[in-house]
Amino acid sequence: MSRSGAVLDRPEGGPGRLITLPFSKSLEISFKSLRVRFFRSMITVSSLVLAVSFLAFVLVNLDIAAGLLEHGGRDAVRALSQAGYDVDLAGGAVAMSAKERWIVILSLLVCTVGIVNAQLMSVTERFPEIGVMKCLGALDSMILKLFLLEAGMQGLAGAFMGAVLGALFSFLVGAVRFGSGVLAEVPVGSVLESVGLAVLGGCALSLVGVLYPAWLAARMEPIKAIRSEH
Amino acid sequence: MTEEKRTIVRVIGVRKTFTMGSQTLEALKGVDLEIYAGEYVSIMGPSGSGKSTLFNMIGGLDKPTEGKVFIDEVDISQLDAYELAWLRNRKIGYIFQTFNLIPVMTALENVTLPMTFAGMNGDDAQEKGIELLKLVGLGKRFQHKPLELSGGQQQRVAVARSLANDPAIILADEPTGNLDLSTGEEIIELLQKLSSERGVTIISATHDYKMLNVSDRVVWVRDGMVDRVERREELNITIGGIGEKLTGRKQEPGGA
Ligand SMILES: Nc1ncnc2c1ncn2[C@@H]1O[C@H](COP(=O)(O)OP(=O)(O)O)[C@@H](O)[C@H]1O
Ligand SMILES: [Mg+2]
Repeated sequence: MSRSGAVLDRPEGGPGRLITLPFSKSLEISFKSLRVRFFRSMITVSSLVLAVSFLAFVLVNLDIAAGLLEHGGRDAVRALSQAGYDVDLAGGAVAMSAKERWIVILSLLVCTVGIVNAQLMSVTERFPEIGVMKCLGALDSMILKLFLLEAGMQGLAGAFMGAVLGALFSFLVGAVRFGSGVLAEVPVGSVLESVGLAVLGGCALSLVGVLYPAWLAARMEPIKAIRSEH
Repeated sequence: MTEEKRTIVRVIGVRKTFTMGSQTLEALKGVDLEIYAGEYVSIMGPSGSGKSTLFNMIGGLDKPTEGKVFIDEVDISQLDAYELAWLRNRKIGYIFQTFNLIPVMTALENVTLPMTFAGMNGDDAQEKGIELLKLVGLGKRFQHKPLELSGGQQQRVAVARSLANDPAIILADEPTGNLDLSTGEEIIELLQKLSSERGVTIISATHDYKMLNVSDRVVWVRDGMVDRVERREELNITIGGIGEKLTGRKQEPGGA
């Protein structure tokens, strides 16, 4: 007989009309989600690693060439021209050849498409889970936040790996082409700058790539997601 | 029935039409229903009769094509996205036939997620989550992932999760549909316990006759319409001891 009484006694509204997901908690959920789906994440990240390593490779090559030019004089110019660099003797600068520039841009484009594709697949896989979260009171913005965080972490890890790989490979190629002496002349500052640039670029790509899939996931009606499980 | 009844769910003239290409299908053909606070109501009907559709309307998971649903006398079609999320988070607990736990989270994480959304701090949420898992009889298994649990255990986690923010209403869509006979019975027993001990309003769509036993009222749905509504006392007269025979349990005399 105390049934309806208990409900009536409950303070309406509770401790506050609040729906939140603190940043630390989002970070925790995203991180766990990535860890649990490690191989899935690796696939999503793989094209990013490749593209960023290529970008870093090209940028660090230029840095090595610049170092060589600064220390090597006439011989260096000949060696660099032979290796296919555009050498601006007056300015003492080395630039990417037009062809190389196009390949870099293309590879980044392909990579973005790859990320969108992989993220779309991974988001579709998770529709039921997103629907459940929405049934439990998650807001669209929370879902968006979780996906962006995941992509950010994936981007950071993947781009860092790619950039380091690319730089190392560039050192290797430089040493083979111009002799191991070039490594001593490498301008460390600009190499770090190049690696940083490649990491930043990679993160940006990862975020751009997840925008559309995350937006799709966030605005999906919970009922669709629940039903898609059957 | 001298007790004063407060209406917690009011469904008025709800129709739902699904359109698939050129075909339309009217899953609900004008449903009126009133459910009182603290009641245990079963929505009974054959498969395809529109139970799940009605469940989704009441739970604010889908919108009626026509008609209105009021929760605590608030028209839920008037709520904005934030208020709707709040309703789903605090006011209603959902239990589904397919459990719908989040597979990558442990039992405890599943139960505490709604508390996190409600802004409860981590330690309190953990403590309450463990308490709820104990309540549903899963005290020791809270670090397991759903797939490491049996169907019955998963549904218990889902029951615990539905209680996370002390909702006034628990909506259950065929909660025993994927369970074997005895496990299903355990879940029904659990729901009954919640209803009588915690005063939670329970609305359960089902075609499981074992549910009849514990229901205060049964809403019979047929072909998208409410066929008839019966109180438990009337139930005993019309269908005799079906429920009792199926569950082998005696009915308690009297009702709510
Ligand atoms: N999203 C949908 N699109 C089209 N038809 C649907 C959809 N959901 C339910 N239906 C139809 O509506 C009717 C009622 O379904 P449902 O409410 O799931 O019944 P029950 O839960 O009683 O088995 C069925 O004929 C079903 O095929
Ligand atoms: Mg159904």
